[in-house]
Amino acid sequence: MSNKSLLRINNLQAGVEGRTILKGINLEINAGEVHAIMGPNGSGKSTLASVIAGREGYEILGGEIEFRGEDLMDMEADERAHLGLFLAFQYPVEIPGVNTTYFLKSAINETRKARGEKELDAVEFLKFIKSKAKLLDLPEDFLKRSLNVGFSGGEKKRNEIFQMAALEPVMAVLDETDSGLDIDALKVVANGVNQLRGPESAQLVITHYQRLLDYIVPDVVHVLHDGRIIKTGPKELAHELEDKGYDWVIKEAEQPA
Amino acid sequence: MTETVQIEESDSWLEAFEALEHADKDSPTWLIPFRKAGLAQYAKTGLPTLRDEDWRFTNIDPIRKTAFRPTLAPGILEAAMLDGIPYPLKTGNAARLVFLDGHFQRELSDMSKLPQNVTSLSMKDAVAREDLRLDQHLGQYTYHHDNPFAALNAAFFQDGFYLNIPKNLQIETPLHIIHLSSGNDAQASFARFFIRAGEFSKCTILESHHALSEGIYLNAPTTEFVVENEANIEHIKIQDESKQAFHLASVYAHVGRAAQFHSHYLNMGGRISRNNIRTKLNGEGLECVLNGLYLADGDQLSDNHMIVDHSKPHCDSHEYFNGILDDKARGVFHGRILVQQIAQKTDAKQTNKNLLLSNDATADTKPQLEIYADDVKCTHGATIGQLDDEAIYYLRTRGVPKAVAQQMLVHAFAGEIIDRIHHELIREELDEVVWTRLEKFAHFQNVSTT
Ligand SMILES: Nc1ncnc2c1ncn2[C@@H]1O[C@H](COP(=O)(O)OP(=O)(O)O)[C@@H](O)[C@H]1O
Ligand SMILES: [Mg+2]
Repeated sequence: MSNKSLLRINNLQAGVEGRTILKGINLEINAGEVHAIMGPNGSGKSTLASVIAGREGYEILGGEIEFRGEDLMDMEADERAHLGLFLAFQYPVEIPGVNTTYFLKSAINETRKARGEKELDAVEFLKFIKSKAKLLDLPEDFLKRSLNVGFSGGEKKRNEIFQMAALEPVMAVLDETDSGLDIDALKVVANGVNQLRGPESAQLVITHYQRLLDYIVPDVVHVLHDGRIIKTGPKELAHELEDKGYDWVIKEAEQPA
Repeated sequence: MTETVQIEESDSWLEAFEALEHADKDSPTWLIPFRKAGLAQYAKTGLPTLRDEDWRFTNIDPIRKTAFRPTLAPGILEAAMLDGIPYPLKTGNAARLVFLDGHFQRELSDMSKLPQNVTSLSMKDAVAREDLRLDQHLGQYTYHHDNPFAALNAAFFQDGFYLNIPKNLQIETPLHIIHLSSGNDAQASFARFFIRAGEFSKCTILESHHALSEGIYLNAPTTEFVVENEANIEHIKIQDESKQAFHLASVYAHVGRAAQFHSHYLNMGGRISRNNIRTKLNGEGLECVLNGLYLADGDQLSDNHMIVDHSKPHCDSHEYFNGILDDKARGVFHGRILVQQIAQKTDAKQTNKNLLLSNDATADTKPQLEIYADDVKCTHGATIGQLDDEAIYYLRTRGVPKAVAQQMLVHAFAGEIIDRIHHELIREELDEVVWTRLEKFAHFQNVSTT
């Protein structure tokens, strides 16, 4: 495993409307690693994912985020995507009237353009996209449909993973992609993520349940609580949390060391 | 409720009518009382004011203040002038009917693509043909009391077109009515169209209005559709007048049992424009769709006013109108659904959505359900808003730049309407037309979202 740092978050504090949600996050993810973030509802997992992805509307109160050696704070969401960042949404957005194929072609070609690569023509694009769609077992006609419109919860999550596969990010953040999936869909999603694993890429998997982590085996597990990472450990930590819940970790963290 | 409006003695329409009466010596005898009835209806109310419930959002003072002259004599259009107009279906796969200021242009029209057994002739010729019995049919389905512009059309129309599609005839080639306005200041046009689709017949009718110059003119066409049992009419009306002009159109449809009447509207031009649409659903099991998109910027006002009259049981009606408004533009939607007591099992749906691209743009929407039957399904919904920030963010996280994401969403909003057009070629061409128009909007590239 190379030890090249991909994502470095240093003492990140962020909030909304005067309320602090992230209270000093430190996180470093190296190329080749899979990290998992677990934590109770409302602990700030989605907020962290949003701030990494560049969602507007959050106040950054302090700290830094560096990705591939570049400061993310001044970058727009699309610029971060061009740099190789991908966020699979906890709640993917339905966009009526925006055709999935048309959207993906724009996303892929804008990204290629920004990276100085040649844009794909219609034929190349369709060939590429069909090969990716096969992996994810999505409904036949979904490429012709409006983005996420009329999709079941599970289909939306698979569509996120499909987009991830098509955009081939350097680092993917998955925000509770497993919630609402049956075991078959879960395996499909995990397979999509595992295909991306390699010495040059990394994944940050946010989840509630360790179930997903049976299929995407993490190198490191973090527990997020009340805007702080209160514990970090090896993959076995996920099992422990599944068995014993979060209370003991929280208690442990509250005890002065 | 009705208030008497003082018509000034110098009302230019009344003066114009005197001139018309003098000139019009060889009209068929029934036409004179027909015109006089139109004028009398106009004289009863005058032009509408904001106090008039049906016009409360549409201030037509600029029209009132102009002394318009109806175009009584036909002008001649040169073919080259038509070339300068970017109208759809130019590639020649439509039967083409060309009009200048309400007058039929025989030389530039091409009806060779229409089947032989279709009765098609200019309105000027049609009113003179006794066998067509237009004295019985013309104006049979219009309502003037709430629409003075249709009343003026009855008083002043000179020409237009008559089309009768015989029973069982399915016409594949679309028929394209191209109406051009010379665009001279104070000129008024009153084309009159009468289209009857016989039982089990089918036809696509594209109607487009364009300007040859940018003057302050008035175009007030009236179209009557008679859609017989099980007939299928798709009507697509494009309004691309001068930005200084006034377009006050009236569309009436009388629809029979199990028929399909789909009427689409794309409004782009005009300083003040309005479609006054009234459909009578007069047979069981029919479907009536009114589907419109209005694009307005600058100080344009774009108004769609419709009444859908459910007079028989088991009919479906849908009205979908989307507006994209930039600068100080105003959009107006007034949709009245009338369900008569007999019209049980009515399924009526209405939506009006407005996308405001600037903070100064405004939209007024007024749904009006008037239901006298007890077993019906009627829904309506209206939205006025800006682009969805959540959707923009989602697209951006996939690498789509902000401006492109915004354009995608605006395009999608327009696409909701355009996609309902069945005729594939027309649908694709209109998609282009819409895109080209949107690109001229000041805030299309950089939509403000708050
Ligand atoms: N846009 C927002 N406005 C107000 N409060 C928010 C917003 N986003 C998140 N929060 C609050 O911040 C806390 C953390 O939310 P979130 O990051 O969604 O947690 P998690 O994903 O771990 O469940 C919650 O209390 C939530 O209500
Ligand atoms: Mg969350």
